[in-house]
Amino acid sequence: MLSKRIIACLDVRGGRVVKGVQFVDIIDAGDPAELAHRHATEGADEVVLLDITATHEGRGTLLETVRRAAAKLFVPFTVGGGVRTAGDAAAVFDAGADKVSINSAAIARPQLIGEIGASFGAQAVIVAIDARRAVGAARRGTKGINDAEVYVSGGRKPTGLRVVEWAREAESRGAGEILLTSMDTDGMRDGFDCELTAAVSEAVQIPVIASGGAGSAAHFVDVFGRGKADAALAASIFHFGVTSSRDLKRQLAQEGVSVRLPC
Amino acid sequence: MIAVIDYKAGNLTSVVKALRYLDARDVVVTQSPEVVRNADKVVLPGVGHFQATQLLTDLGLTEAVRESIAKGAWFLGICVGLQWLFEGSTEAPGTPGLGAFAGMCEHFPATEAKQIDGQDIAVELKSPHVGWNSLEQVRSDSRLLRGVADGSFVYFTHSWRAPVVPATAAVTYYGGAFTAAVERENVMGVQFHPEKSADIGLHVFRNFVEL
Repeated sequence: MLSKRIIACLDVRGGRVVKGVQFVDIIDAGDPAELAHRHATEGADEVVLLDITATHEGRGTLLETVRRAAAKLFVPFTVGGGVRTAGDAAAVFDAGADKVSINSAAIARPQLIGEIGASFGAQAVIVAIDARRAVGAARRGTKGINDAEVYVSGGRKPTGLRVVEWAREAESRGAGEILLTSMDTDGMRDGFDCELTAAVSEAVQIPVIASGGAGSAAHFVDVFGRGKADAALAASIFHFGVTSSRDLKRQLAQEGVSVRLPC
Repeated sequence: MIAVIDYKAGNLTSVVKALRYLDARDVVVTQSPEVVRNADKVVLPGVGHFQATQLLTDLGLTEAVRESIAKGAWFLGICVGLQWLFEGSTEAPGTPGLGAFAGMCEHFPATEAKQIDGQDIAVELKSPHVGWNSLEQVRSDSRLLRGVADGSFVYFTHSWRAPVVPATAAVTYYGGAFTAAVERENVMGVQFHPEKSADIGLHVFRNFVEL
Protein backbone atom coordinates (compact mmCIF):
# COMPACT_ATOMS: atom_id res chain seq x y z
CA MET A 1 0.00 0.00 0.00
CA LEU A 2 1.26 3.45 -0.91
CA SER A 3 2.31 5.11 2.32
CA LYS A 4 1.85 8.70 3.40
CA ARG A 5 5.12 10.59 3.19
CA ILE A 6 6.72 12.63 5.95
CA ILE A 7 9.05 15.18 4.42
CA ALA A 8 11.68 16.95 6.47
CA CYS A 9 12.26 20.51 5.35
CA LEU A 10 15.45 22.42 5.98
CA ASP A 11 15.26 26.18 5.60
CA VAL A 12 18.71 27.33 4.66
CA ARG A 13 20.19 30.78 4.81
CA GLY A 14 23.82 31.51 4.12
CA GLY A 15 24.69 27.82 4.09
CA ARG A 16 23.20 27.13 7.54
CA VAL A 17 19.86 25.65 8.53
CA VAL A 18 17.70 28.19 10.28
CA LYS A 19 14.53 27.78 12.23
CA GLY A 20 11.34 28.99 10.52
CA VAL A 21 11.05 32.50 9.14
CA GLN A 22 7.94 33.20 11.15
CA PHE A 23 9.99 33.66 14.29
CA VAL A 24 11.61 36.96 14.97
CA ASP A 25 14.77 35.35 16.25
CA ILE A 26 16.16 33.07 13.59
CA ILE A 27 18.03 30.32 15.34
CA ASP A 28 20.95 28.51 13.80
CA ALA A 29 19.86 24.89 13.70
CA GLY A 30 22.99 23.41 12.16
CA ASP A 31 24.73 22.19 9.05
CA PRO A 32 22.41 21.27 6.15
CA ALA A 33 24.34 18.20 5.02
CA GLU A 34 24.50 16.80 8.54
CA LEU A 35 20.85 17.46 9.25
CA ALA A 36 19.69 16.07 5.91
CA HIS A 37 21.51 12.85 6.64
CA ARG A 38 20.17 12.68 10.18
CA HIS A 39 16.59 13.15 9.02
CA ALA A 40 16.96 10.37 6.44
CA THR A 41 18.42 8.05 9.05
CA GLU A 42 15.61 8.85 11.46
CA GLY A 43 13.04 7.88 8.87
CA ALA A 44 12.08 10.98 6.92
CA ASP A 45 10.78 9.80 3.55
CA GLU A 46 12.25 12.77 1.72
CA VAL A 47 14.31 15.83 2.43
CA VAL A 48 13.62 19.30 1.09
CA LEU A 49 16.15 22.08 1.23
CA LEU A 50 14.76 25.56 0.79
CA ASP A 51 17.05 28.49 0.29
CA ILE A 52 14.73 30.90 2.06
CA THR A 53 16.42 34.10 1.07
CA ALA A 54 17.23 33.26 -2.54
CA THR A 55 14.31 34.94 -4.25
CA HIS A 56 14.30 37.97 -2.04
CA GLU A 57 17.95 38.77 -2.23
CA GLY A 58 18.41 37.52 -5.76
CA ARG A 59 20.98 34.94 -4.81
CA GLY A 60 21.52 31.76 -6.73
CA THR A 61 20.90 28.40 -5.14
CA LEU A 62 23.60 27.23 -2.82
CA LEU A 63 24.95 24.57 -5.10
CA GLU A 64 27.79 23.64 -2.85
CA THR A 65 25.41 23.06 0.05
CA VAL A 66 23.27 20.90 -2.21
CA ARG A 67 26.27 18.90 -3.33
CA ARG A 68 27.40 18.22 0.22
CA ALA A 69 23.90 17.33 1.38
CA ALA A 70 23.30 15.01 -1.59
CA ALA A 71 26.58 13.15 -1.19
CA LYS A 72 25.30 10.59 1.29
CA LEU A 73 21.57 11.01 0.94
CA PHE A 74 19.71 7.99 -0.42
CA VAL A 75 16.15 9.28 -0.20
CA PRO A 76 14.51 11.74 -2.61
CA PHE A 77 16.01 15.19 -2.29
CA THR A 78 14.26 18.38 -3.36
CA VAL A 79 15.80 21.82 -3.63
CA GLY A 80 13.94 25.10 -3.82
CA GLY A 81 14.81 28.76 -3.79
CA GLY A 82 16.34 30.78 -6.55
CA VAL A 83 15.44 28.41 -9.42
CA ARG A 84 14.30 30.80 -12.17
CA THR A 85 15.31 29.07 -15.39
CA ALA A 86 15.71 25.56 -16.76
CA GLY A 87 19.44 26.24 -16.54
CA ASP A 88 19.19 26.97 -12.80
CA ALA A 89 17.28 23.70 -12.42
CA ALA A 90 19.91 21.79 -14.40
CA ALA A 91 22.63 23.07 -12.08
CA VAL A 92 20.66 21.94 -9.03
CA PHE A 93 20.08 18.47 -10.53
CA ASP A 94 23.73 18.27 -11.43
CA ALA A 95 24.60 18.99 -7.81
CA GLY A 96 22.52 15.96 -6.76
CA ALA A 97 18.91 17.06 -6.31
CA ASP A 98 16.12 14.80 -7.58
CA LYS A 99 13.44 17.45 -7.76
CA VAL A 100 13.27 21.22 -7.81
CA SER A 101 10.59 23.26 -6.17
CA ILE A 102 9.62 26.40 -8.05
CA ASN A 103 7.34 29.13 -6.83
CA SER A 104 7.70 32.79 -7.87
CA ALA A 105 9.43 31.87 -11.12
CA ALA A 106 6.55 29.59 -12.16
CA ILE A 107 4.07 32.39 -11.58
CA ALA A 108 6.20 34.86 -13.51
CA ARG A 109 6.61 32.45 -16.42
CA PRO A 110 4.41 29.35 -16.21
CA GLN A 111 6.16 27.80 -19.25
CA LEU A 112 9.11 27.15 -16.95
CA ILE A 113 7.21 24.17 -15.47
CA GLY A 114 7.05 22.44 -18.84
CA GLU A 115 10.59 23.43 -19.78
CA ILE A 116 12.12 21.75 -16.74
CA GLY A 117 9.79 18.78 -17.17
CA ALA A 118 10.78 18.33 -20.81
CA SER A 119 14.43 17.87 -19.86
CA PHE A 120 14.17 16.12 -16.50
CA GLY A 121 10.68 14.61 -16.40
CA ALA A 122 7.52 15.83 -14.69
CA GLN A 123 8.43 13.90 -11.53
CA ALA A 124 11.31 16.34 -11.03
CA VAL A 125 9.14 19.46 -10.88
CA ILE A 126 7.31 20.51 -7.74
CA VAL A 127 5.26 23.66 -7.94
CA ALA A 128 5.16 25.33 -4.54
CA ILE A 129 2.14 27.43 -3.74
CA ASP A 130 2.05 29.87 -0.83
CA ALA A 131 -1.61 30.34 -0.03
CA ARG A 132 -3.47 32.79 2.13
CA ARG A 133 -7.18 33.06 2.74
CA ALA A 134 -8.82 36.47 2.43
CA VAL A 135 -8.09 38.93 5.19
CA GLY A 136 -10.70 38.52 7.86
CA ALA A 137 -11.67 34.98 6.78
CA ALA A 138 -11.35 32.27 9.39
CA ARG A 139 -8.23 30.19 9.27
CA ARG A 140 -10.32 27.05 9.53
CA GLY A 141 -13.54 25.75 8.10
CA THR A 142 -14.52 25.99 4.48
CA LYS A 143 -15.08 29.74 4.40
CA GLY A 144 -12.77 31.57 2.07
CA ILE A 145 -11.33 28.49 0.36
CA ASN A 146 -12.46 29.49 -3.11
CA ASP A 147 -10.97 32.93 -2.65
CA ALA A 148 -7.68 31.76 -1.16
CA GLU A 149 -4.96 33.65 -2.99
CA VAL A 150 -1.47 32.77 -4.18
CA TYR A 151 1.41 34.82 -2.77
CA VAL A 152 4.99 35.03 -4.01
CA SER A 153 8.38 36.31 -2.90
CA GLY A 154 8.33 34.50 0.39
CA GLY A 155 4.75 35.52 1.08
CA ARG A 156 5.33 39.22 0.55
CA LYS A 157 3.43 39.76 -2.71
CA PRO A 158 -0.17 38.81 -3.55
CA THR A 159 -0.65 37.67 -7.16
CA GLY A 160 -4.40 37.84 -7.64
CA LEU A 161 -4.37 34.13 -8.60
CA ARG A 162 -6.78 31.74 -6.92
CA VAL A 163 -5.06 28.80 -5.26
CA VAL A 164 -7.17 25.97 -6.71
CA GLU A 165 -7.09 27.44 -10.22
CA TRP A 166 -3.33 27.90 -10.13
CA ALA A 167 -2.86 24.33 -8.87
CA ARG A 168 -4.89 23.07 -11.83
CA GLU A 169 -2.89 25.15 -14.26
CA ALA A 170 0.40 24.00 -12.77
CA GLU A 171 -0.75 20.40 -13.25
CA SER A 172 -1.81 21.00 -16.84
CA ARG A 173 1.59 22.57 -17.54
CA GLY A 174 3.30 19.42 -16.31
CA ALA A 175 4.00 19.78 -12.59
CA GLY A 176 4.73 16.44 -10.92
CA GLU A 177 3.61 17.46 -7.43
CA ILE A 178 2.13 20.44 -5.61
CA LEU A 179 3.63 21.72 -2.38
CA LEU A 180 0.89 23.72 -0.71
CA THR A 181 1.88 25.97 2.17
CA SER A 182 -0.79 27.74 4.13
CA MET A 183 0.56 31.11 5.24
CA ASP A 184 -2.32 31.35 7.67
CA THR A 185 -1.31 28.26 9.63
CA ASP A 186 2.44 28.36 8.99
CA GLY A 187 4.47 28.57 12.15
CA MET A 188 1.43 28.43 14.42
CA ARG A 189 1.99 24.77 15.23
CA ASP A 190 -1.70 24.17 15.74
CA GLY A 191 -2.49 22.17 12.63
CA PHE A 192 -2.52 22.24 8.84
CA ASP A 193 -5.21 23.97 6.79
CA CYS A 194 -6.98 20.70 6.03
CA GLU A 195 -9.91 22.21 4.14
CA LEU A 196 -7.72 24.10 1.71
CA THR A 197 -5.44 21.09 1.26
CA ALA A 198 -8.43 18.85 0.52
CA ALA A 199 -9.79 21.36 -2.00
CA VAL A 200 -6.48 21.35 -3.89
CA SER A 201 -6.02 17.59 -3.60
CA GLU A 202 -9.46 16.98 -5.07
CA ALA A 203 -8.86 19.45 -7.88
CA VAL A 204 -5.70 17.78 -9.21
CA GLN A 205 -4.53 14.27 -10.08
CA ILE A 206 -0.94 14.78 -8.96
CA PRO A 207 0.21 14.32 -5.36
CA VAL A 208 -0.23 17.20 -2.93
CA ILE A 209 2.24 17.89 -0.14
CA ALA A 210 0.72 19.81 2.76
CA SER A 211 2.80 22.34 4.61
CA GLY A 212 2.38 24.86 7.37
CA GLY A 213 1.17 24.32 10.87
CA ALA A 214 2.56 20.96 11.98
CA GLY A 215 2.80 20.82 15.74
CA SER A 216 1.83 17.29 16.74
CA ALA A 217 1.23 13.81 15.36
CA ALA A 218 -2.52 14.43 15.51
CA HIS A 219 -2.11 17.25 12.98
CA PHE A 220 -0.54 14.82 10.53
CA VAL A 221 -3.32 12.27 11.06
CA ASP A 222 -5.77 15.05 10.32
CA VAL A 223 -4.15 16.31 7.12
CA PHE A 224 -3.74 12.77 5.73
CA GLY A 225 -7.37 12.04 6.52
CA ARG A 226 -9.57 15.07 6.22
CA GLY A 227 -6.96 17.03 4.27
CA LYS A 228 -6.50 14.23 1.67
CA ALA A 229 -2.79 15.06 1.52
CA ASP A 230 -0.40 12.56 -0.03
CA ALA A 231 2.54 13.86 1.94
CA ALA A 232 3.20 16.40 4.65
CA LEU A 233 6.09 18.65 5.32
CA ALA A 234 7.53 19.55 8.66
CA ALA A 235 10.32 21.99 9.30
CA SER A 236 11.06 23.35 12.72
CA ILE A 237 9.23 20.59 14.58
CA PHE A 238 12.12 18.19 13.92
CA HIS A 239 15.19 20.29 14.28
CA PHE A 240 15.67 20.20 17.98
CA GLY A 241 14.58 16.63 18.44
CA VAL A 242 11.10 17.64 19.54
CA THR A 243 9.65 14.86 17.44
CA SER A 244 11.79 12.70 15.19
CA SER A 245 10.30 11.13 12.08
CA ARG A 246 10.68 7.81 13.83
CA ASP A 247 8.53 8.87 16.80
CA LEU A 248 6.08 10.66 14.57
CA LYS A 249 5.65 7.65 12.30
CA ARG A 250 5.18 5.26 15.21
CA GLN A 251 2.36 7.45 16.45
CA LEU A 252 0.84 7.69 12.97
CA ALA A 253 0.99 3.91 12.55
CA GLN A 254 -0.87 3.50 15.83
CA GLU A 255 -3.54 5.80 14.46
CA GLY A 256 -3.89 3.59 11.40
CA VAL A 257 -2.03 5.80 8.93
CA SER A 258 0.05 3.82 6.42
CA VAL A 259 3.66 4.93 6.89
CA ARG A 260 7.06 3.49 6.15
CA LEU A 261 8.65 2.64 9.47
CA PRO A 262 12.42 3.04 9.41
CA CYS A 263 14.61 0.00 10.02
CA MET B 1 33.46 -3.72 -14.77
CA ILE B 2 29.98 -2.26 -14.25
CA ALA B 3 28.81 -0.26 -17.24
CA VAL B 4 26.15 2.31 -16.41
CA ILE B 5 24.50 3.37 -19.62
CA ASP B 6 24.26 7.11 -20.14
CA TYR B 7 21.24 7.94 -22.27
CA LYS B 8 20.52 11.20 -20.46
CA ALA B 9 18.30 9.58 -17.83
CA GLY B 10 17.74 11.91 -14.91
CA ASN B 11 18.84 9.53 -12.18
CA LEU B 12 22.20 8.56 -13.71
CA THR B 13 24.19 10.58 -11.18
CA SER B 14 22.32 9.18 -8.17
CA VAL B 15 22.68 5.60 -9.40
CA VAL B 16 26.42 6.00 -9.90
CA LYS B 17 26.73 7.74 -6.54
CA ALA B 18 24.99 4.83 -4.78
CA LEU B 19 27.13 2.20 -6.55
CA ARG B 20 30.32 4.03 -5.62
CA TYR B 21 29.10 4.48 -2.05
CA LEU B 22 28.95 0.69 -1.88
CA ASP B 23 32.57 0.53 -3.05
CA ALA B 24 31.60 -1.05 -6.34
CA ARG B 25 34.82 -1.31 -8.34
CA ASP B 26 35.23 -0.08 -11.83
CA VAL B 27 31.96 1.75 -12.40
CA VAL B 28 32.03 3.21 -15.90
CA VAL B 29 29.46 5.65 -17.27
CA THR B 30 29.22 5.02 -20.98
CA GLN B 31 27.45 5.44 -24.28
CA SER B 32 29.75 3.02 -26.03
CA PRO B 33 28.37 -0.30 -27.35
CA GLU B 34 31.91 -1.69 -27.13
CA VAL B 35 32.15 -0.96 -23.40
CA VAL B 36 28.73 -2.53 -22.84
CA ARG B 37 29.78 -5.67 -24.72
CA ASN B 38 32.82 -6.05 -22.48
CA ALA B 39 31.11 -5.33 -19.16
CA ASP B 40 30.47 -8.01 -16.51
CA LYS B 41 27.46 -6.03 -15.36
CA VAL B 42 25.28 -3.49 -17.10
CA VAL B 43 22.98 -1.00 -15.39
CA LEU B 44 20.33 0.89 -17.31
CA PRO B 45 19.02 3.74 -15.17
CA GLY B 46 15.94 5.68 -16.10
CA VAL B 47 13.28 8.06 -15.02
CA GLY B 48 11.04 10.03 -17.30
CA HIS B 49 9.64 9.25 -20.73
CA PHE B 50 9.85 5.85 -22.46
CA GLN B 51 10.63 7.70 -25.68
CA ALA B 52 14.09 8.46 -24.27
CA THR B 53 15.02 4.78 -24.73
CA GLN B 54 14.94 5.31 -28.50
CA LEU B 55 18.45 6.70 -28.07
CA LEU B 56 19.62 3.21 -27.05
CA THR B 57 18.77 1.84 -30.46
CA ASP B 58 20.08 4.93 -32.23
CA LEU B 59 23.45 4.55 -30.50
CA GLY B 60 23.67 0.81 -31.18
CA LEU B 61 23.29 0.04 -27.48
CA THR B 62 20.21 -2.18 -27.82
CA GLU B 63 22.18 -4.72 -29.82
CA ALA B 64 25.14 -4.42 -27.47
CA VAL B 65 22.90 -5.13 -24.47
CA ARG B 66 21.35 -8.10 -26.24
CA GLU B 67 24.78 -9.58 -26.94
CA SER B 68 26.05 -8.85 -23.48
CA ILE B 69 23.04 -10.56 -21.89
CA ALA B 70 23.43 -13.55 -24.21
CA LYS B 71 27.04 -13.81 -23.06
CA GLY B 72 25.89 -13.97 -19.45
CA ALA B 73 26.56 -10.45 -18.20
CA TRP B 74 24.30 -9.34 -15.33
CA PHE B 75 21.80 -6.69 -16.36
CA LEU B 76 19.81 -4.37 -14.11
CA GLY B 77 17.20 -1.96 -15.47
CA ILE B 78 15.79 0.72 -13.19
CA CYS B 79 12.34 2.34 -13.58
CA VAL B 80 12.06 3.06 -17.31
CA GLY B 81 15.03 0.68 -17.52
CA LEU B 82 12.78 -2.12 -16.23
CA GLN B 83 9.98 -1.12 -18.58
CA TRP B 84 12.40 -1.26 -21.49
CA LEU B 85 12.96 -4.98 -20.78
CA PHE B 86 9.35 -5.57 -21.86
CA GLU B 87 8.05 -5.35 -25.42
CA GLY B 88 7.28 -1.66 -25.21
CA SER B 89 5.08 0.94 -23.60
CA THR B 90 1.91 2.70 -24.63
CA GLU B 91 3.74 5.86 -23.58
CA ALA B 92 5.76 5.68 -26.81
CA PRO B 93 4.17 3.06 -29.07
CA GLY B 94 6.71 3.63 -31.85
CA THR B 95 9.67 2.76 -29.64
CA PRO B 96 10.04 -0.97 -29.00
CA GLY B 97 11.62 -2.30 -25.83
CA LEU B 98 14.15 -5.12 -25.64
CA GLY B 99 11.41 -7.73 -25.43
CA ALA B 100 13.16 -9.91 -22.84
CA PHE B 101 9.78 -10.19 -21.12
CA ALA B 102 6.37 -10.42 -22.76
CA GLY B 103 3.79 -7.68 -22.53
CA MET B 104 3.41 -3.94 -22.84
CA CYS B 105 3.71 -1.32 -20.14
CA GLU B 106 0.53 0.62 -19.65
CA HIS B 107 -0.64 3.74 -17.83
CA PHE B 108 -2.21 3.33 -14.40
CA PRO B 109 -6.00 3.15 -14.60
CA ALA B 110 -7.88 6.37 -13.81
CA THR B 111 -9.92 4.66 -11.12
CA GLU B 112 -9.71 1.67 -8.84
CA ALA B 113 -12.45 -0.38 -7.22
CA LYS B 114 -12.71 0.03 -3.47
CA GLN B 115 -14.98 -1.78 -1.09
CA ILE B 116 -17.03 0.81 0.71
CA ASP B 117 -19.82 -0.51 2.95
CA GLY B 118 -19.64 -3.86 1.19
CA GLN B 119 -20.01 -2.36 -2.28
CA ASP B 120 -17.45 -1.98 -5.05
CA ILE B 121 -17.11 1.69 -5.78
CA ALA B 122 -14.81 3.20 -8.41
CA VAL B 123 -12.62 5.82 -6.79
CA GLU B 124 -10.13 8.09 -8.48
CA LEU B 125 -6.56 6.80 -8.62
CA LYS B 126 -3.90 9.50 -8.58
CA SER B 127 -1.18 9.32 -11.15
CA PRO B 128 1.82 9.42 -11.14
CA HIS B 129 2.33 6.82 -8.44
CA VAL B 130 4.77 8.73 -6.25
CA GLY B 131 6.14 7.67 -2.90
CA TRP B 132 7.02 4.68 -0.78
CA ASN B 133 5.07 1.52 -1.47
CA SER B 134 5.63 -2.04 -0.36
CA LEU B 135 7.13 -5.00 -2.16
CA GLU B 136 4.88 -8.05 -1.95
CA GLN B 137 5.18 -11.72 -2.88
CA VAL B 138 8.94 -11.41 -3.02
CA ARG B 139 10.19 -14.56 -4.78
CA SER B 140 12.40 -16.49 -2.39
CA ASP B 141 14.76 -17.53 -5.18
CA SER B 142 15.40 -13.95 -6.30
CA ARG B 143 19.07 -13.09 -6.11
CA LEU B 144 18.46 -9.39 -6.52
CA LEU B 145 16.00 -9.29 -3.62
CA ARG B 146 17.81 -11.72 -1.36
CA GLY B 147 17.28 -10.61 2.23
CA VAL B 148 14.46 -8.21 1.32
CA ALA B 149 11.37 -9.04 3.36
CA ASP B 150 7.81 -8.98 2.08
CA GLY B 151 6.32 -5.61 2.91
CA SER B 152 9.59 -3.67 2.62
CA PHE B 153 9.01 -0.11 1.47
CA VAL B 154 10.79 1.33 -1.56
CA TYR B 155 10.45 4.59 -3.50
CA PHE B 156 8.53 4.81 -6.76
CA THR B 157 7.78 7.61 -9.19
CA HIS B 158 6.10 6.60 -12.44
CA SER B 159 2.86 6.71 -14.42
CA TRP B 160 3.34 3.63 -16.58
CA ARG B 161 3.75 0.14 -15.17
CA ALA B 162 4.82 -3.28 -16.33
CA PRO B 163 2.44 -6.25 -16.25
CA VAL B 164 2.91 -9.19 -13.89
CA VAL B 165 4.68 -12.02 -15.75
CA PRO B 166 6.12 -15.42 -14.76
CA ALA B 167 9.52 -13.76 -14.19
CA THR B 168 8.09 -11.18 -11.80
CA ALA B 169 10.17 -11.27 -8.62
CA ALA B 170 7.96 -8.95 -6.55
CA VAL B 171 4.74 -7.08 -7.09
CA THR B 172 3.42 -3.81 -5.74
CA TYR B 173 -0.21 -2.85 -5.50
CA TYR B 174 -1.48 0.43 -6.88
CA GLY B 175 -4.66 0.21 -8.89
CA GLY B 176 -3.97 -3.54 -9.00
CA ALA B 177 -0.71 -5.47 -9.02
CA PHE B 178 2.22 -4.53 -11.22
CA THR B 179 5.77 -5.78 -11.56
CA ALA B 180 7.98 -4.04 -9.01
CA ALA B 181 10.91 -6.35 -9.72
CA VAL B 182 11.57 -8.85 -12.47
CA GLU B 183 14.30 -11.43 -12.70
CA ARG B 184 15.16 -14.30 -15.02
CA GLU B 185 18.66 -15.66 -14.73
CA ASN B 186 20.98 -12.73 -15.44
CA VAL B 187 18.29 -10.27 -16.53
CA MET B 188 16.85 -8.11 -13.75
CA GLY B 189 14.83 -4.98 -13.39
CA VAL B 190 13.24 -2.87 -10.68
CA GLN B 191 10.44 -0.36 -11.12
CA PHE B 192 11.39 1.39 -7.88
CA HIS B 193 14.46 3.53 -7.37
CA PRO B 194 17.05 1.68 -5.27
CA GLU B 195 19.20 4.82 -5.31
CA LYS B 196 16.38 6.61 -3.44
CA SER B 197 15.07 3.77 -1.28
CA ALA B 198 17.31 4.24 1.76
CA ASP B 199 18.65 1.04 3.38
CA ILE B 200 16.49 -1.37 1.39
CA GLY B 201 17.59 0.24 -1.87
CA LEU B 202 21.26 0.06 -0.98
CA HIS B 203 20.74 -3.58 0.04
CA VAL B 204 19.34 -4.37 -3.42
CA PHE B 205 22.27 -2.61 -5.07
CA ARG B 206 24.69 -4.51 -2.86
CA ASN B 207 23.07 -7.79 -3.92
CA PHE B 208 23.65 -6.79 -7.53
CA VAL B 209 27.20 -5.58 -6.98
CA GLU B 210 28.09 -8.83 -5.20
CA LEU B 211 26.71 -11.13 -7.92
